[in-house]
Amino acid sequence: MNKVLMQGNKVIGEAAIRAGCRFYAGYPITPQNELPEYMAENLRKVAGGVFIQSESEIAAIHMVAGASAAGARSMTSSSSPGISLKQEGISSLAACELPAVIVNMMRGGPGLGNICPSQGDYFQATRGGGHGDYRTIVFGPATAQELADLTMDAFDLADEYRTPVMILADGMMGQMMEPVVFKAAKPRIYPESYVMKGAGTGKSKIIRGLILDPLDMEEHNWTLDRKYQVISGKETRHEQYKTEDAELILVAYGTGARIAKGAIKRLRETGLRIGLFRPITLWPFPTNELRDLAKKIENFLVFEMSTGQMVEDVRLALQGRARIGFHGRPGGVVPTPVELANVVLRKYDRKEGLTDYY
Amino acid sequence: MLVKTILCGFGGQGVLMMGYTLAHGAMNAGYHVTYLPSYGAEVRGGTANCTVAVSDDEIASPIASAPDHIVALNTPSLYTFQNRVAPGGALFLNSSIIAVEPSRRDVRVFKIPSSEMAEKLGNPRTANTVMMGAFLKITGLVPPDIYLRGMETVMGSKKKSVIEINRRAFAAGYEFLEKAE
Amino acid sequence: MKKVFGRPQSMKNNIFHYCAGCGHSIAHRLIAEVIDELGIRGITIGVPPAGCAVLAYNYFDIDMIEAQHGRGPAMATGIKRVLPDRVVFSYQGDGDLAAIGIAESFHAANRGENITVVFMNNAVYGMTGGQMAPTSIMGQKTTTSPMGRNNVLDGYPIKVSEIFSLLPGTAYIERCAVNSPANILKTRKAIRKAFQYQIDGHGFSLVEILSPCPTNWKMTPIESCRWIDEVMCKPFPLGVIKDLPAEAGDEQKKGDKRHAG
Repeated sequence: MNKVLMQGNKVIGEAAIRAGCRFYAGYPITPQNELPEYMAENLRKVAGGVFIQSESEIAAIHMVAGASAAGARSMTSSSSPGISLKQEGISSLAACELPAVIVNMMRGGPGLGNICPSQGDYFQATRGGGHGDYRTIVFGPATAQELADLTMDAFDLADEYRTPVMILADGMMGQMMEPVVFKAAKPRIYPESYVMKGAGTGKSKIIRGLILDPLDMEEHNWTLDRKYQVISGKETRHEQYKTEDAELILVAYGTGARIAKGAIKRLRETGLRIGLFRPITLWPFPTNELRDLAKKIENFLVFEMSTGQMVEDVRLALQGRARIGFHGRPGGVVPTPVELANVVLRKYDRKEGLTDYY
Repeated sequence: MLVKTILCGFGGQGVLMMGYTLAHGAMNAGYHVTYLPSYGAEVRGGTANCTVAVSDDEIASPIASAPDHIVALNTPSLYTFQNRVAPGGALFLNSSIIAVEPSRRDVRVFKIPSSEMAEKLGNPRTANTVMMGAFLKITGLVPPDIYLRGMETVMGSKKKSVIEINRRAFAAGYEFLEKAE
Repeated sequence: MKKVFGRPQSMKNNIFHYCAGCGHSIAHRLIAEVIDELGIRGITIGVPPAGCAVLAYNYFDIDMIEAQHGRGPAMATGIKRVLPDRVVFSYQGDGDLAAIGIAESFHAANRGENITVVFMNNAVYGMTGGQMAPTSIMGQKTTTSPMGRNNVLDGYPIKVSEIFSLLPGTAYIERCAVNSPANILKTRKAIRKAFQYQIDGHGFSLVEILSPCPTNWKMTPIESCRWIDEVMCKPFPLGVIKDLPAEAGDEQKKGDKRHAG
């Protein structure tokens, strides 16, 4: 497959179709409209491909649940306010152990906010978002290429663990075009036993999240938790950039990590030894890998396009073993690498500036 | 090397197409490239703009707070973006429409009567391609043959005659500044 | 000895948890009988609601997947679109369909999804303890309309079937009741017709069933059955509200006759 220049939202659509996604339901919201539009045009051309423009975000996620239960690789997408509406369904997917891929092209919030790129939904995505004891696997892609690769991986992991997987990107990732090469999709491996196709001549099946007996419900919670433990142990992904000799580590993800890389390149030119730790899975968070870095590095600076959400995971990972500073630009502001470089410079010169505030 | 260009004009002048073909050409020339359109409520006002970043290394931000070049097809776009261009950068103006002088004295200014040239060629909608000819002549960002091949891919679904007139528009823009200089 | 009455094959051998005099158990049985009769047990998928019938999958011996409150038609849409050759139905109460899930129901109907909705209307929220439903009738006393439903405060009972019948996407809508043997037989016929229409690919069908809730109506089962006839049927008259396939069939017959004549 050749390199193609493609917009982020469409990259996800194309990657999903190549990964065998056969059901998409969604509701228009900026800045991700090109994704449902792409599916409307292209998923319907694929044998068995279903696209539905649903009446609401809520309907979309429940259509996805139905399609998933019926055995189709299924996806929905939205942006922040719409993802809030989908939480009922995501909780239900987790409870019923149904695979699905949910895309969030984050925009400024809370409330209606604006349509500019933001990273304010980190808590919502990584803490479960809906009600009850559950987690969703969350990918934080930083390039169009990663949008393609991680979308495909998201379908594989959703099937492997029978759990909803979220792609957490932002309006800039969705709107931006970059060159992409689509990798070959892996064959789908999943246990067909749970799929609802009618009982045939055999025993009938039930898919449900309602478990009235508290002891049974507790057992279900622990079963889910054991699955999340396995995922935590096996599925963390991250990237380290120039950390070998670093005196200070920037921690950032997605668009934030792109800006951070740009800042690091500038700072390195002036001789400052700065590196980047970029979580690719936001849940499970690459806790151990980050903690290992703290064995030799004392200073960490978290940069997010929010008022500070991932910084809490960094604190949990480092457990007081290093100084942690924070720089945030919430509300849809995308700072320049120059601005971030200046912030780092200030903090780097006065190490005390990195002292955390907790 | 990192070169950022903002391309801007009225909706319908082919501003996004201009950026898309430029980004395509840069990709084919082996560069890292990002293309970022303005979107949402921003594009409802009738003006359009996009930013193309070209680099031989990974690109951090696709946004240009201080672009190296501005390609402006109308006057409001010039007003909006002329103060952002980096000192020593360049303004490429469609002088058929932009009658005002830019306020900047620390940048190079290239005036191309691209709308008139396009009209003379027989298709006023190729003014954007005329601009790209002039732009690539001066910046050398992408070799003309690679750009034109990219343009053909991008316009693949269009009629042969449309592609042909765009080739001529590109050549006209390319030669215009050659003559002027 | 010849067996004349037994448990339908599509029912599990479980004892209903429903209150004495409740209409759910009757409706369940009717659906199971129809599934048996049509021989579609192996290809039918049911979507039970939140509410009293949330445990319907304990009684139906068919594939069932629980929906969140009100989302049955969205979920049924997802299933049916992926598996168009299966028979898919949602089973919904009045709160589920006409309040929290009105959007999902309305739009599934409007898209003409080829599914069947069994709509249990008992004019009250049963599971949660007798609160006012969107179909509670004027003046009806519930725990959240203690002085009786008042249009100024509470609005009016929603006539789901009549409203849905206006949507071009709906094929068949009938309102029935399960308060007398005669009405029960009519209900069974309606359910059968709705499933048959789905099998024949006619599109969205809805059977509204007026169903007694003696516990929350604070009546005996017999009083409840009478209340349906005497009170509830006024805002919710029984009968076929829309039957496009039959109308088309009539046109066809007329046409044939004309042709023959």
